[in-house]
Amino acid sequence: MGLSHLAMLRAHPEVEVAAVCDSAKYILDVLEKYTGLRTYTDYELMLDEASLDAVIIATPTGTHFKMVEQAIRRRLHVFCEKPLTLNPYDSWALVALSKEYGVVSQVGYHNRFVAAFGEAKNLLDFEAIGRPTHILAESYGPVVLQAKGATWRHRRESGGGCLYDYAAHTIDLISWYFGPPVSVAGTFCGHIFSENTEDEVYSTLHFEGGKSAQLSVNWSDESYRKMTTKITIWGTEGRIAVDRQECQIYLRETAKVPEGYEPGWNVRYTTDLTGPVWFYLRGEEYSAELDQFVRSAAAGLGLSETGHQNSFASSAVADSVIDMLIRDADGSQTDPNLSLSGPLAMDGSHPRRKWPMGKLSRRSADNRGN
Amino acid sequence: MDRLLFGDNQFFGVNHMSEEKARSQALRFQDIEAVMSVLDDAYDSGLRTFMCTTHERVAGITDRIRTDPARYPNFVFYPCMPYAHKYANAVTEVGMLGALKRVLPEEGLIKAALRGGKSLARKDVDGIITLLVDAEMKMFHGLQTPVIFLQNVVVDLLLGLGFDEAFRIFDQHVRKRYGAVPGFITMNLPRLLDSLDGIGLENPIICSNINKIGFRMAGGMPGYEQALRERQFRAIAMSVFASGAIAPREALEWVRGQGNIESIVFGASSAAHIKSTVRLVKELWNPEPVA
Repeated sequence: MGLSHLAMLRAHPEVEVAAVCDSAKYILDVLEKYTGLRTYTDYELMLDEASLDAVIIATPTGTHFKMVEQAIRRRLHVFCEKPLTLNPYDSWALVALSKEYGVVSQVGYHNRFVAAFGEAKNLLDFEAIGRPTHILAESYGPVVLQAKGATWRHRRESGGGCLYDYAAHTIDLISWYFGPPVSVAGTFCGHIFSENTEDEVYSTLHFEGGKSAQLSVNWSDESYRKMTTKITIWGTEGRIAVDRQECQIYLRETAKVPEGYEPGWNVRYTTDLTGPVWFYLRGEEYSAELDQFVRSAAAGLGLSETGHQNSFASSAVADSVIDMLIRDADGSQTDPNLSLSGPLAMDGSHPRRKWPMGKLSRRSADNRGN
Repeated sequence: MDRLLFGDNQFFGVNHMSEEKARSQALRFQDIEAVMSVLDDAYDSGLRTFMCTTHERVAGITDRIRTDPARYPNFVFYPCMPYAHKYANAVTEVGMLGALKRVLPEEGLIKAALRGGKSLARKDVDGIITLLVDAEMKMFHGLQTPVIFLQNVVVDLLLGLGFDEAFRIFDQHVRKRYGAVPGFITMNLPRLLDSLDGIGLENPIICSNINKIGFRMAGGMPGYEQALRERQFRAIAMSVFASGAIAPREALEWVRGQGNIESIVFGASSAAHIKSTVRLVKELWNPEPVA
């Protein structure tokens, strides 16, 4: 259960929250007492009893695969928090499963619903900055600022760590703008405070057509008040610099200039770009992504429908890139069978792999020592 | 409440339009002297009310005001609690109950533990909520806090959940313990009015975004305009300039035209900006006083 998801959905005019499930019985009891919600601690029991149309899964990432699968097999539409799973094979299996059962799928990469990031995507599609050549994608914030931590976010096997929990957002934006990379190199997953997970991730991504991207993510940076993602995109005809507040665009005289823009500097602010939402809690993007899910689920849209953002398929790409980064940091080869564009052969030839976690940790620690 | 209240976003690196601007402000206002200098400008321009989050750095401001009553005889605080990032970061780090432990007041810990412990066991939220309020209010000891606000992150979370009882507990505690009037900050004004009506809170003080371009006015402009026309509540408008997206005169003329808006809260980081805003409000609301 995610409290903020629950709050936004309860406020949605077309949603009836039939039940919530969480492992924290205490919180459930308080909710039940004060808000009258029907609560469960047994997820499958809830799926069977509560006569649901759709389910929102906001649990530690390590639990996603099983919970999503159980929901899809009951023909429920599924919104799952990011990342989809800890293993690209699992993610692609869920893509296939959701298609087989014809359910709407979505993953919570909310940045795609931030109007400024969306404007950058429109500008790229319009070819305003010509042929794009490079992305610098940075995310920083103050999540882990000391050695001790007690939640699942501090354990990689649960889906914790800077790569799964933080960099996934940044990677998803890179994939949105440039598509899936063909290779990654120079990946470094460093420990700043955490023993069991990385706190920083740096890498170089290579794309078709000679495009490249630099990824720079650090969740142990107190100088930021909250998570801050900044994307800079260079092209032959200009440059885009975008964060959640504003989109700054420089266009050369020779650029194909979109309506409302002019050669030279242009700025678009979130105050102008952002559309209204029915309910505001943490940012318009969180409301907007849930609204898309609700509307798609209500209409019963299949995954093939265009315009549905953050389907399992696009999120499986992010999970595949994460896999490439882990292997690169670890020194092992990228799996040549790993597809970045569609479901893999689910014939059992790709058993779910255990991560070389200990190895990664040691290697990163060594690198830091050097 | 005064017509014009002074806000604090500029002091803590909050800017809804530009990260760059937010950072440069955070840099400048790292020094408490720089903050006091702007507050002095505001005070000397006739503003008396400082509406501020319970950010830990506000303790530095309250200390100054407390120790110099001759300089600030009429200085009034409107605390807005909690400073949400403090809790959000703690929850990420040590979980929900761990975060609660971390913010419990150090003084009177046993008393607090009893109040909190009992209510934890009974699953009553009264004890927890009042405990958290008291912890946040510590830094305002001995100062005038006639209105105490619940921040929008908490208000809107409770609102969405349907946890209306928490509003009543906050209301009663603030009135009884601090002799103050409760206020609620929200991004969902029309919906909050319905909830507060439902639990019988009459004529509540509500602070929400009210601006000409409808920025962060969830549910849409018509609902807000209707609420301002037809509902019984004391409105404070914030984000009237939409972080600078609307020119000052245009923004304030529009607010003036709405009627039923009792106060405006605004932030500024220069004496010139403060003075020009005060001047504009004086002109538009003439002959009513600014403060």
